[in-house]
Amino acid sequence: MNLQLILQIAILNLFVQNFVVQRFLGLCPFIGQSDDKHKAIGMGIAVTFVMTMASFVTYLLYAYFLVPDSWFLRTVFGPGAGITEAGLLDVLVTVSYILVIASLVQFVEMFLRRFVPTLYRAMGIYLALITTNCAVMGVALLNTTDAPQDLGLTGAVLQGVFAGLGFTLVMLLMAGIRERLEYLNVPPCFKGAPIAFLCTGLMALAFLGFAGMAGLG
Amino acid sequence: MSSFIIGSLIVMAVLAMLLGIVLAVASKVFHVDVDPRIEQVDELLPGANCGGCGLAGCAAAAEKIVAGDAAPSICPVCGDDARAEIYELLGMSSEETEPHIARMLCGGGTGCKDKEEYHGVEDCRAAVLIQEGPKACHFACVGLSSCVEACPFEAIFIGDDGLPHVIEERCTACGACERVCPRGVIAVMPAKRTVWVKCQSHDKGKVVNKICKTGCIACRRCEKECPVDAIHVIDNLAVIDYEKCILCGKCAKVCPKNTIVDLRARRRAEKKAKEAEAAGKPA
Repeated sequence: MNLQLILQIAILNLFVQNFVVQRFLGLCPFIGQSDDKHKAIGMGIAVTFVMTMASFVTYLLYAYFLVPDSWFLRTVFGPGAGITEAGLLDVLVTVSYILVIASLVQFVEMFLRRFVPTLYRAMGIYLALITTNCAVMGVALLNTTDAPQDLGLTGAVLQGVFAGLGFTLVMLLMAGIRERLEYLNVPPCFKGAPIAFLCTGLMALAFLGFAGMAGLG
Repeated sequence: MSSFIIGSLIVMAVLAMLLGIVLAVASKVFHVDVDPRIEQVDELLPGANCGGCGLAGCAAAAEKIVAGDAAPSICPVCGDDARAEIYELLGMSSEETEPHIARMLCGGGTGCKDKEEYHGVEDCRAAVLIQEGPKACHFACVGLSSCVEACPFEAIFIGDDGLPHVIEERCTACGACERVCPRGVIAVMPAKRTVWVKCQSHDKGKVVNKICKTGCIACRRCEKECPVDAIHVIDNLAVIDYEKCILCGKCAKVCPKNTIVDLRARRRAEKKAKEAEAAGKPA
């Protein structure tokens, strides 16, 4: 893994294909938790952690268990068996990934409850909702079945880290905007989530400016 | 086909077992001892998370109460029954707590002159930042309904006189209005204080007289009238010492600007008016 590739993954996930404003994944926690900078940072760190760990575990799961002709299938069913040829991707990708993500979220929840109880209380239901955060599932899928080319374990983990950081970056930007929005004379029908979505749209347009950066698309 | 089922089962079983072990270990390592009483107290609290106690919601209040850092009476919303139950649960002796209520400490409103027109954000906190606010009196209620919006129980409304009014039956004395008011002209106080000075102005009497119809002009007539020496003009404003006050309402009667409110007298008058109306109708 050379430096250029690492930089490419970083810029791709932070800016060019940012999970929130370019791929439009994970909008629920993005809108729900971006009204306060501390909450936004907490949420960002939690999601980054879950994304990184999920990338790691799901890549191993993918490469050693689910792909056709994987180590697991060859040892259990023998090379050349029908199942070894076909792999378990079609059957198990969604359910096994969800299991991994849910467990990781549970882990983070226990950790936060023990060590950062104030953040645990502030995040409330949104912490548990990382389980169903499509950005986490998205990064797992983009690392494995939907990857344009095989990333390798390091690549997958790096993509997880930078996808999470990209999420945190946009959360923080949004929190800054929304803290100012509080003091503006927004028409009542736009107050809260609608104006936040409008800002997100504008931000997404701004992020389009990164398209083509570093030869990425 | 069966090999697919078996393969899937094995993969999921292995995965679930591994993750289960990790979570089991984590739950031991990250174990938090929670006092079961916290949950019980939390259930007895109103659960409105109004923040009236000054803490971050009822769960936080329950924690503090159980830890002994706060008395159950910090919850101003809680009914007497629930409070008594909390005392019993914690093995503490119950004590009577007096009900509180939010009251207006400014009688200006439309009777208080504007010194400029304000066209900014409809919020008192924003308005007072510009030239001390649009009112000529720098102690007066701005009337842009920050308290109305802050009230979680919809107990405050802006009346025709341009002042917030508290609906007593709805007010739970949570103090949200008091915290949000930039002028400090709405305050939570014991409900039994039926006599209070509805002015916060420390301006000289002459100034007040010019700009406000109901402001305290520091004439000291209340001071002379008071039978128990409980009201004094301090820094151009009449202040009642509730340790001494017997709530007789004599000060309210003599006040030339009607700055002092006597709730009981007002209620009596309202009752009389109603009776008179009822008597007048059939005739």
